[in-house]
Amino acid sequence: MSRYIVRRLLQAIVTLFVLSLLLFAWLRSLPGGPVSALLGERSTPEDRAALEQALGLDQPIFIQYLRFLERAAQGQFGVSTGVLPGRDALEIFLSRFPATIELSFFALTLAILLGIPLGYLAARHRGTFLDTGSVLFSLVGIAVPVFFLAFALKYVFAIQLGVLPPSGRQSVGINATHITGMYVLDGLLTREWDAAWDALRHLILPAVALSSIPFAVILRITRASVLEVLDEDYVRTAQAKGLRAATIRGRHVLRNALIPVVTTIGLQTGALLAGAVLTERVFTFRGVGHALAYGFETRDYAVLQVLIMMAALIYILVNMVVDIAYAAIDPRVRVR
Amino acid sequence: MTDSPRRPMPGTPSHKKARLDALASTAAPSGSSGGSAGGGVATAVSDAGRVASGEGVSLWMSAWRRLRRDWVFLFGAAIVVLFIVLAVVAPLIAPHDPATRVLIDQVNRQTNPVPGPQPGHPLGADYQGRDVLSRLMVGARQTLLVGVLATLGGLLGGMTLGTLAGAFGGWVDSVVMRVVDVLLSIPSLLMAFSIAAMFRSPSQWTVILAIAIVQVPVFARLLRGSMLAQRHSDHVLAARALGVRKGPIVFRHMLPNAMGPVIVQATLVLATAIIDAAALSFLGLGNPDDRSPEWGQMLGNAQPYFDSHPHLAVYPALCIIVVALGFTLVGESLRESLDPKSRR
Repeated sequence: MSRYIVRRLLQAIVTLFVLSLLLFAWLRSLPGGPVSALLGERSTPEDRAALEQALGLDQPIFIQYLRFLERAAQGQFGVSTGVLPGRDALEIFLSRFPATIELSFFALTLAILLGIPLGYLAARHRGTFLDTGSVLFSLVGIAVPVFFLAFALKYVFAIQLGVLPPSGRQSVGINATHITGMYVLDGLLTREWDAAWDALRHLILPAVALSSIPFAVILRITRASVLEVLDEDYVRTAQAKGLRAATIRGRHVLRNALIPVVTTIGLQTGALLAGAVLTERVFTFRGVGHALAYGFETRDYAVLQVLIMMAALIYILVNMVVDIAYAAIDPRVRVR
Repeated sequence: MTDSPRRPMPGTPSHKKARLDALASTAAPSGSSGGSAGGGVATAVSDAGRVASGEGVSLWMSAWRRLRRDWVFLFGAAIVVLFIVLAVVAPLIAPHDPATRVLIDQVNRQTNPVPGPQPGHPLGADYQGRDVLSRLMVGARQTLLVGVLATLGGLLGGMTLGTLAGAFGGWVDSVVMRVVDVLLSIPSLLMAFSIAAMFRSPSQWTVILAIAIVQVPVFARLLRGSMLAQRHSDHVLAARALGVRKGPIVFRHMLPNAMGPVIVQATLVLATAIIDAAALSFLGLGNPDDRSPEWGQMLGNAQPYFDSHPHLAVYPALCIIVVALGFTLVGESLRESLDPKSRR
């Protein structure tokens, strides 16, 4: 097991290295080069010269790369030009991160609570209307552009029906104390129930929109996995032994079928991050995705640099943890 | 059924990779042994009865026999065919020119920003007084173009890399696949956004390029997987024993067998390409020139009017959803019919 962990760690380090090369190449190829990309259009010649010096653009390329790594390690990514002009880029990421964690958590929970039972039922009743219906439903879920779904939800529930707030993370009038930056959790911690309830109401629509793709993926993986397990010899053996149907379902089928599902859930973080860019933009939900969306729109490369790097970093870390957890559950993985 | 090492369970670590590898393992032709352990055996067993009853059936023929009766496939195929026909004939049957501002005198920024439906314009006009129905019809062409070119670009790039890696192995394989795996580990939509943001002035071509590059690692891994699966299979061994040189083996014996999974993946990618193009437009990374309309662009450009005139976004969105669903249905049922394991 420890050998597997070491191997997986090394693999993650290689991935990080290649990723840093890619990010470096990306920064170098930005329109007008990194200096005007990081400073924006309206920069003074002094600023440009200073940054050029600081970036060491007169140095050979591999020294520039080392400098880039050094600055990244120190958290110096430059100053925002478009999203929140003048603010430090890393600071923007840190201040926005809790909101996205909160949103992703709710979206993923929703996707799991709906996806696994539906996928299981679809597999158990293979070929019936329930099966075809839920598979078709998940395929439609994938075919709908996430931001359109977000807009449609907002239009129906916030604008037409007016039952849920259309944008933001908390109503303006509410005087809430913030500790973690996750507003629902903050409200619960400080026992400001109305603040927590208000934040939760703001979360519902974005979370539903964001959950559409993970939901579809989880549903289909669960269905495929349950179908595969139902076909296994040990299930037939259990049936032949005359075990009760409930025991077979719980112990033999569901338990084995859920292993791949659990790992898939971890891997949905990537889809969540990309989806958050679109969803948070529609609902003006000020998280990382919102900052990324405006970063792309205003070509705020300092902010984009941090956010893309952090997004990839999180994704790689989650991937690694999931792989290791998987190897802990299923010994066969370790051998490969 | 014994556990075949080559066919990972759905959702083994790194689901995206595992899915591609599973798809790749359906590449080897039916009857070939060794290379595609589990799959080959399953085919042999399920084909056993059929061989006795008549002549042998090719992989594609048996796939077609299954698809012919599969209403999911037929439904998807009908959508795709309709879409392609519309893309071809739209400029001939569209009631108005999509770029002409026929109703511009009705547009008033304050009182009436989006002219509603009226005789001759059943879906109304957009914020520039252009006929929405005509734009939707003609938009099919541009949408198809973006989808097909982006898919082809990804396919060409991925095919080159994957064939190189799979056919030669060794250090070429290691280097190529390391990079491919890293690219696969970045959320694909995020990568498309980042690539599109590299260009100062976005255009139709930067959109296509951004979506195509994201698909390169996907096709590369797929091709490499099916090349590896075939490298030690009987038909390649036989060709090598006959003295066929490496090039012809790769291009004439291995690549054609890899086509099944590639076509499946390409169909699925076409759907995502169309959706991704819309997301790019939504973030202002799309083609700013809207004289020749594209659905994703129409949807992206409709966002300021969504709260007041949602129909402007709903029409192109519905078109995208239906067409993406059509391609997905075709791809999924193709995958199922070509996968020997599901042929029970």
